[in-house]
Amino acid sequence: MNVQASQSDFILQVEHLSMKFGGLVAIGDLSFQARRGEITALIGPNGAGKTTVFNCITGFYKPTEGMITLNKRDGSTYLLERLPNHEIPARANVARTFQNIRLFSGMTLLENLLVAQHNKLMKASGYTFLGLFGFPSYRQASAESIELARHWLEKAGLVDRADDPAGDLPYGAQRRLEIARAMCTGPELLCLDEPAAGLNPRESAALNELLMDIKNSTSILLIEHDMSVVMQISDHVVVLEYGRKISDGSPQTVRTDPRVIAAYLGVDDEEVQEVLVEVGDEDVIEQLDTGPDSAHGPGNSASMLAGPVSDTVEHADEGERVTVSKGASKAAQVDARSASIASKPQPAAKPAAKSSTAKAAPKKPAAKADNASKGTEAAAKPASGKRGGDK
Amino acid sequence: MAATVSSERDDVVPPIQRALREGLYAGAIALGLFVLFIGLRTDQNISNELILVQRWLLLALVVVATAVGRFVYVGYAQPAMERAKAEKAKAPAVVAEPGFVRRNFNKIGIVVLLLYPIAMVLAFGFQGSLKWVDNFGIQILIYVMLAWGLNIVVGLAGLLDLGYVAFYAVGAYAYALLGTHFGLSFWILLPAAGCMAAFWGVMLGFPVLRLRGDYLAIVTLAFGEIIRLVIINWREVTNGSAGISGIPKVSFFGLMSFNVSDPNYIAKVLHIAQSGAYYKIFLYYLILALCFLTAFVTIRLRRLPVGRAWEALREDEIACRSLGINTTTTKLTAFATGAMFGGFAGSFFAARQGFVSPESFVFLESAIILAIVVLGGMGSLGGIAVAALVMIGGTEILRELGFLKVVFGPDFTPELYRMLLFGMAMVIVMLWKPRGFVGSREPTAFLKERRAVSGSFTKEGHG
Ligand SMILES: Nc1ncnc2c1ncn2[C@@H]1O[C@H](COP(=O)(O)OP(=O)(O)OP(=O)(O)O)[C@@H](O)[C@H]1O
Ligand SMILES: [Mg+2]
Repeated sequence: MNVQASQSDFILQVEHLSMKFGGLVAIGDLSFQARRGEITALIGPNGAGKTTVFNCITGFYKPTEGMITLNKRDGSTYLLERLPNHEIPARANVARTFQNIRLFSGMTLLENLLVAQHNKLMKASGYTFLGLFGFPSYRQASAESIELARHWLEKAGLVDRADDPAGDLPYGAQRRLEIARAMCTGPELLCLDEPAAGLNPRESAALNELLMDIKNSTSILLIEHDMSVVMQISDHVVVLEYGRKISDGSPQTVRTDPRVIAAYLGVDDEEVQEVLVEVGDEDVIEQLDTGPDSAHGPGNSASMLAGPVSDTVEHADEGERVTVSKGASKAAQVDARSASIASKPQPAAKPAAKSSTAKAAPKKPAAKADNASKGTEAAAKPASGKRGGDK
Repeated sequence: MAATVSSERDDVVPPIQRALREGLYAGAIALGLFVLFIGLRTDQNISNELILVQRWLLLALVVVATAVGRFVYVGYAQPAMERAKAEKAKAPAVVAEPGFVRRNFNKIGIVVLLLYPIAMVLAFGFQGSLKWVDNFGIQILIYVMLAWGLNIVVGLAGLLDLGYVAFYAVGAYAYALLGTHFGLSFWILLPAAGCMAAFWGVMLGFPVLRLRGDYLAIVTLAFGEIIRLVIINWREVTNGSAGISGIPKVSFFGLMSFNVSDPNYIAKVLHIAQSGAYYKIFLYYLILALCFLTAFVTIRLRRLPVGRAWEALREDEIACRSLGINTTTTKLTAFATGAMFGGFAGSFFAARQGFVSPESFVFLESAIILAIVVLGGMGSLGGIAVAALVMIGGTEILRELGFLKVVFGPDFTPELYRMLLFGMAMVIVMLWKPRGFVGSREPTAFLKERRAVSGSFTKEGHG
């Protein structure tokens, strides 16, 4: 692993990650980086594969392909896809929360936070033997762990309920407790799966505060549907749709990206087809219908259907994607339209147009995309309507 | 009986009248049901002919009992219960202060257990106390220990183990074989048997790590049967179903022995009268000490990270892994620790009986131990001890009910109804307290005050 000096300020690097469940490509050739000390948001419509990315990072799934590198503060580097599940929190110091809250509901809040300090306490108790005979070293470590737990309970505003069962807490408090529990493992990277889901505005504001506080010591990777949270607190946003990255950049650039808007607002399929037919670009229609064209230049090998990672690395910048199903990806449709306009004077310009769409706001073609960009605020609505919908 | 009448009409009728009517209905239904079950019975006479025995008196007794029972229930018990409920609802603010017995339950229990043999000797004399110390005291305490051992696996770690008796068997045979062949002392073999059982616990643990719930239960059940079949069929070593006899007695830490022929026989050393009761009383305190050891270790472990990890594993295995807990070793330690106590109990059992055979380690034993854990309330030591007392003590006491022969005839043997009563008691307890005698859970650490966690929050685990 050749870690360059400039790369060390990335705490997490995901390279050419793909994850397939049978025939379903949940993540296809995803690459992104998360900077140390920042909040990186991972957004996308339902089923885009965000949780699957988390599961790959935290070892619950073994990715089909790709590499996930974690650079710790002390300079050590871990390849997360090779570590066993439980060693990722223990050795690489990556903690996570779950979309459908997973607390130890029959244990008290304090006990929840003590379980999170298992490995530290296990060592202090001499792997149970010293602790069983009541050696003082364990008693001291135990008192320290309770202090740490109290610290995080105070941060989460839950210290009054420390001795209540976790299952007795209201929903918003359970979310905060899960974050506090993750923080008790002493993580360098904290992965939060929809922490604001199902929270009322007041709780959501309290959560933002907690996250900004955590950010000072720990980098955060955040999945969130609530755009107001994302726009307020994140430093960097990665947008997924159907397992592909469709946009990547600061919150401002992402919110004005027509592909993101299309993915969130959902451009009508028929309308897209109509426009395309009007434009009369048979090429594009054909491409939409059949998915990737096998005879379509070198970029093709970048699809995850092709061989090992080393093959795909060279073509990484090509921006080649495989369409999941006919006209399924809204972002792909926006792409296609911009491509069709660009290709009207000269069809050969197509690949160039494609790779640039991510940043090319001026190239956004049809009037519909304009409408969409006006309604950026509206983009949050369909998503927030689905909040709290656990799988 | 199920004599239900539409409730609208009931409200106008005075309760006694209604009770009378429902009692009559219940009696009629009982008569209809039991006239063929109880009133008539087919039997064989001396010349092997089928004859019809008529038992009208018994039938009348049952019918009258049913009718009177229904009458009392509807007329007096139901209104009383409703009144009590209404009173409770009226004054909800007062939290019932637990009574003296409830608060000091553990201390009282320990004192009673310590004084029990002395009280029995004082009450019945040395010879008379034998039955009470051995059949009741030791027998119940063996099950308490087994249930506490299984509690670690099922109650704390949430791993449903239906083959626990296998570890009991391993412990018993370890002591029986090593004791008879090599003449090793109980005090060496007790830890050895525990280690051996723990080893087999790990052996069982490895293949079943990935299994959960029903699948885990079935594999552990099969494991229990495998051990038993190996013991039956490996005749050269285990002497098959004939069992091993002549297992040496436990000595008093090598200082005194309980064999009359030995020079250091306890009566000779202490210059007291000969009696078999000394050995039983000694065994009683031995198993009591083993029980205390089990309880002490369990309580200590619960406050150590490994015990918390067991409970966390029961609550949510995936969350455990996300916190860096190695679930593999956590499950294996639970299996090993539980099995170790099973092994201790097994070697004690072999020493007490002086004889072991595969008959003692059938699936029913596993089921009884598991039933005690479930009835007592998974995870609670006090509840489990009470459940063992009720279940094992209750079935033992059936042997003492000879006077019932007067009522039911000379060929009535109450022992035969053991399993029936066991099952009925389980159904009743589960209806009345679905989470066992003690449904709540003691937290292992607290910031301000220790408050029991209600059973409705804890999970049973699914593997
Ligand atoms: N274990 C699995 N087996 C099969 N398919 C899976 C599995 N996990 C996820 N998927 C599929 O992968 C796709 C992405 O799912 P994922 O849960 O990652 O979406 P998401 O972006 O988190 O969506 P949401 O916003 O609803 O949480 C979905 O189509 C889902 O059905
Ligand atoms: Mg998700």
